[in-house]
Amino acid sequence: MRCSSGTDTIRMIRFDHVFKRYPNGREALSDLTLEIDSGEVVFLTGHSGAGKSSLLKLISLIERPTRGQLIVNGQNVNGVSRRKVPAFRRQIGMVFQDHKLLHDRTIFDNVALPLIIAGVGTKEIGKRVRAALDQVGLLGREQSMPLELSTGEQQRVGIARAVVSKPPVLIADEPTGNLDPELSLEVMNIFRRFNEVGVTVLVASHDLYLLEHFPVRRVRLEGGRVIDDMPAGVSAGEKLVDPAKLITGAEGAMR
Amino acid sequence: MSAWLTRHAQTSIGSLGRLSQHKLATLLTVLVIGIALALPACLHLLISNAQTATGNWNKAVDLTVFLKRPTSAEEATRTASRIKQRRDVSNVEVITADAALKEFRHDSGFGAAIDALNENPLPHTLVVTPATDFTTSANLDSLAADLRAMPSVEIVQLDTAWVNRLNAILETVRRGLIVAAALLALGVMVIVGNTIRLDIQNRRAEIEVTKLVGGTDGFVRRPFLYNGIWYGLGGGLTAWIITAAVIAILREPIGRMAGLYGSAFELGGLDTRATLILLGGGIVLGWLGSYLAATRHLRAIEPT
Repeated sequence: MRCSSGTDTIRMIRFDHVFKRYPNGREALSDLTLEIDSGEVVFLTGHSGAGKSSLLKLISLIERPTRGQLIVNGQNVNGVSRRKVPAFRRQIGMVFQDHKLLHDRTIFDNVALPLIIAGVGTKEIGKRVRAALDQVGLLGREQSMPLELSTGEQQRVGIARAVVSKPPVLIADEPTGNLDPELSLEVMNIFRRFNEVGVTVLVASHDLYLLEHFPVRRVRLEGGRVIDDMPAGVSAGEKLVDPAKLITGAEGAMR
Repeated sequence: MSAWLTRHAQTSIGSLGRLSQHKLATLLTVLVIGIALALPACLHLLISNAQTATGNWNKAVDLTVFLKRPTSAEEATRTASRIKQRRDVSNVEVITADAALKEFRHDSGFGAAIDALNENPLPHTLVVTPATDFTTSANLDSLAADLRAMPSVEIVQLDTAWVNRLNAILETVRRGLIVAAALLALGVMVIVGNTIRLDIQNRRAEIEVTKLVGGTDGFVRRPFLYNGIWYGLGGGLTAWIITAAVIAILREPIGRMAGLYGSAFELGGLDTRATLILLGGGIVLGWLGSYLAATRHLRAIEPT
């Protein structure tokens, strides 16, 4: 276990020649090497099937690497036994395209779930759930049911649940896939605010509109490899010279 | 610790609330468990009541000692007190010839015929009750032999055959009860396990999400274990109600039948101990069934 306090440039996620082959023979990741520092925001882009989802699933230990090393927050995932998976996942906040909310429970209960699992006391849960809902602008909706909320609001509940236990890493798989541009920006701004307090954020998205508005580091996957890694500050437009990429971009914008 | 207790209380009440949302399904499950548990409970009552009805075992194996005629009443009393000094005898009752005749006249309806007799044809009788620790058939046989050897004794009657037969029958029924109870207990576990399996399938999404946000196997399993406990408790209560209903239905006709046999026998219900065993057994079986099912089926559900 690496001590992660102190310096800003500690490595949060490190893929070292990782391969992922599914039982059906499909190779989703092929010799992928990628490093993400603590406190970074990274966009993961690429076609569907390029390996974005697989990469995120490896980080959250939904899948395990076929070959290679993956280190998350100082822990090698190969050394995490089945019994230790729950504890490992508690340090990763996950946001999903389909929110994955529990529809028979209130917003409060949905957001409180990670804290209940972690055995936090009732009073503390109330405080932290309200704080998380406040951060996503949903304070006062604790007693609503998920289906009474709009899609954008449901996604924000999902984000509140992902961050309520203050994990060092936040990963999001197409978090804006079902949202219109305005709501997408709102969701991204929420991610940014968490990043400002030190959370490492990794977002898989092919939403070009978002990419243009957030000049953060962009890692482009294709065929299970990193084919492009643009550091923060470079606008996506400047590097889009490949016509194929432009077509991809058009597809993304149409969603 | 208090947070832990709160969690368990919330989980158990949440589980109860969820079960009450599916009233019909829950009711049917509980009813099936209740019937399965009521069968051994009723068998148990059959045995315990049969024991009560046949009376105290010690009394059932009383020895009847007929004294030689003629023996004086004083001699009979002396013999009685000698026998009573034995360590394997707890009591000796003397029924004098006169008393026996009086009873016979009263019970038999041959009053006129008996009046025609010149003298009392009955001997003095001693009813010897063995001490509690000496009611095995070997002990009884040796006691009977000793009594037969006494000079004033004519006949010793020891009718253990029917006692042995009844004992054997009751033992068979008791074994049957154990087998039936074991099979039905297994049945209850299967019922609960299958119900929990379906429940797990229906709540797949919830289980996946819980595992995604770091829920351990134990945490995911807990509400299902409470479901099992509630099913078991509900089944135990149902079984108790069924048994009580059976008793209520049978009490009156059995009382009448016992009255016709000149007995004051009354059908007994489940006592506190049996009730606790019934409820506790239900809870344990419900928990065990759900534990096995949940442990087995929850492993298979992993987020994808």
